[in-house]
Amino acid sequence: MSTTIIETKSALDTALRPAAEAGKQSSLEVTDYDNRQTVGAITVDHPKMVCRNVNVYYGAKQALRNVGIDIGANQVIAFIGPSGCGKSTFLRCLNRMNDTIVTCRVTGQLKLDDEDIYAPVIDVVQLRARIGMVFQKPNPFPKSIYENVAYGPRIHGMVNTKAELDELVRASLERAGLLKEVDKRMNDPGTSLSGGQQQRLCIARAIAVNPEVILMDEPCSALDPIATAKIEELIDELRENYTIVIVTHSMQQAARVSQRTAYFHLGDLIEVGETDQIFTNPKHKLTEDYITGRFG
Amino acid sequence: MNKPTPAAVPAAFNRDIKTIVNAGLQRRHAAERRFRSYGLIAISLGLLFVVLMFANIIAKGYPAFWQTYVQVPISFDPAVIDPQGIRDPAAIESADYAALVRAGMRRMFPAVEGRTELRALYALVSSDATYELQRRIHQNPALIGSSQEIWLLASATVDTLVKGNIDRTLDETERSVKDNQIGWVDKLQATGKIEKQFNTILFSGGDSREPEQAGIRGALMGSFYTLLITFLLSFPIGVATAVYLEEFAPKNRWTDLIEVNINNLAAVPSIVFGLLGLAVFINFFSLPRSAPLVGGLVLSLMTLPVIIIAGRAALTSVPPSIREAALGMGASKLQMVGHHVLPLAMPGMLTGSIIGMARALGESAPLLMIGMVAFIVDVPKGIMDPATVLPVQIYLWSDLPERAFVERTSAAIMVLLAFMVLMNGLAIILRKRFERRW
Ligand SMILES: Nc1ncnc2c1ncn2[C@@H]1O[C@H](COP(=O)(O)OP(=O)(O)OP(=O)(O)O)[C@@H](O)[C@H]1O
Ligand SMILES: [Mg+2]
Repeated sequence: MSTTIIETKSALDTALRPAAEAGKQSSLEVTDYDNRQTVGAITVDHPKMVCRNVNVYYGAKQALRNVGIDIGANQVIAFIGPSGCGKSTFLRCLNRMNDTIVTCRVTGQLKLDDEDIYAPVIDVVQLRARIGMVFQKPNPFPKSIYENVAYGPRIHGMVNTKAELDELVRASLERAGLLKEVDKRMNDPGTSLSGGQQQRLCIARAIAVNPEVILMDEPCSALDPIATAKIEELIDELRENYTIVIVTHSMQQAARVSQRTAYFHLGDLIEVGETDQIFTNPKHKLTEDYITGRFG
Repeated sequence: MNKPTPAAVPAAFNRDIKTIVNAGLQRRHAAERRFRSYGLIAISLGLLFVVLMFANIIAKGYPAFWQTYVQVPISFDPAVIDPQGIRDPAAIESADYAALVRAGMRRMFPAVEGRTELRALYALVSSDATYELQRRIHQNPALIGSSQEIWLLASATVDTLVKGNIDRTLDETERSVKDNQIGWVDKLQATGKIEKQFNTILFSGGDSREPEQAGIRGALMGSFYTLLITFLLSFPIGVATAVYLEEFAPKNRWTDLIEVNINNLAAVPSIVFGLLGLAVFINFFSLPRSAPLVGGLVLSLMTLPVIIIAGRAALTSVPPSIREAALGMGASKLQMVGHHVLPLAMPGMLTGSIIGMARALGESAPLLMIGMVAFIVDVPKGIMDPATVLPVQIYLWSDLPERAFVERTSAAIMVLLAFMVLMNGLAIILRKRFERRW
């Protein structure tokens, strides 16, 4: 644990040195470790999703306390924080994947385009078609590459003809930067691809239903640096059309791909802000400790 | 970084690991060798018993696949078959064919005289010979008036004698064939008028009091209909129950209770299901006794828990990541199950079901309770006809003293085992086919 943080820190130092030198003087607003009030701007001008007072409980245990944050349209927002702080939990609230956990209870307001996603009239099927998800471990269906991508459009009835479906599958694979590699082997099992290819296949699968938001839970944690770089590049391109939320343990990754960053700590949202600002001028002592590797 | 102060080095770290391990190595290897030899002994013993069992059954059963026939010169005398000469089918049907058989026998041994002697002579052929002639005339009335050499079914005692299973050195009073009969059979054998042919009756006939006419067709069809009902009921219901309990049912006290009960049902002795079937299906719902329908219902009750348990195990073994992927795509729960979980769980479910079906095929106790143990000559033509099943037929025959039935018992066991092997083979093939879809 501590060694990874040290490595991360030194790498981060190299990555962010110019910026860090520019804002050398500390501008901490909160130095009190016990102050868990969220600092920074939680609102944005064009929010895609608005979350207020979100509390999540697993049985009697509270996993998230009073989280309030906006997710800007056509932006990448990164969730960072130590293990077990509730990043995944919050991410899974956004497309109601937590519904599948019997003990899990969510309170508060979560809106997608001014629509309360926990309202009784909302159907999770429709919601999850609008908010796609990419998981930490690549999890292609044990079917062909083609079928993997075609699955979403099929079940939602997005296409009428085989030709349309073909076109959609190819376009999605193209967007996910995978088409060239799999063009000749569309009927091979999705599980026969490499880890990085599988993850891009999962991204292609998610964007095939043309979602508005894509949630990614540590999408690169099982990948080597080259595959990671490809996916980061991809995320940057996808931003044009989609709103992206990414959970990551790599601070360089957060710095590279996101415009905004949210730092979680033991169930509290500690700080939200522009990514540059968070990494150069954190306002909360806890955030500073974490990004400089002093946490732990 | 507040490093923890280094703890005191445990005393064990100061000993030399190499010498410590070496000291114990001998012992560990010996233990391993001992364990392996125990395993070998156990497996060899098991194999030995399997081989002994099979050898015993096959040695006893294979003669049953051959049946003795006697070639008799039959003259289809119009005076007997059609005395009025008007070719009336009803009259032809009810003609005295036994007289033709008797005449044929006398023609072969003209010297035999006297009632007892003649009766002993006629006893060489089975009572089926009469029906055989009737069948032939029915098929081809043009035979009337002609003379033919016809292979007629020999009686069971002749069959046993020809197969060498009667001790000729015994005193005449102690064996089922008399000296004069032995003489005739020897004479027929010398002239090639007795022959062993492949026993088609075994596969085409129903049960019979006469061993040479008894076949397993009735029991096979009974087993088929019973298993058909069992499969049609227990597979869909079992799979649906497993899916519901595993994927849809809330986890609460009630579902826990149901789960415990299903597990208990799997352990209930099968005869109890027979009693239940008797009380509910026959006494309460007034379904016919001995019917494959009732047998199938009873065996379904017995097989269901097995299928449900196997099905749930197969479902839980499907990785949760697949479920999340499907739900994350916006699939409904039923789509998730139908498109992804069930296909992946199918091999396991099929294996469980076929093992359950194989158990049902070999089951006899519950069927005794619902009257599928009756002596039934006709081959059942549907699920409502009285029937018996293969294991019960084996049980019935094993009770009979005739040597020919002993043979047939073993032959029926061979057929039953062949079906078991076939079903297990099917399970393996199906599993392989489904698994090829990754
Ligand atoms: N299904 C669950 N049931 C009960 N508690 C859970 C469940 N899932 C998560 N938790 C708890 O909720 C808290 C937050 O978990 P979460 O998975 O959101 O952490 P995370 O920030 O994603 O951590 P990581 O970086 O290790 O993935 C943890 O304390 C965890 O123990
Ligand atoms: Mg997580």
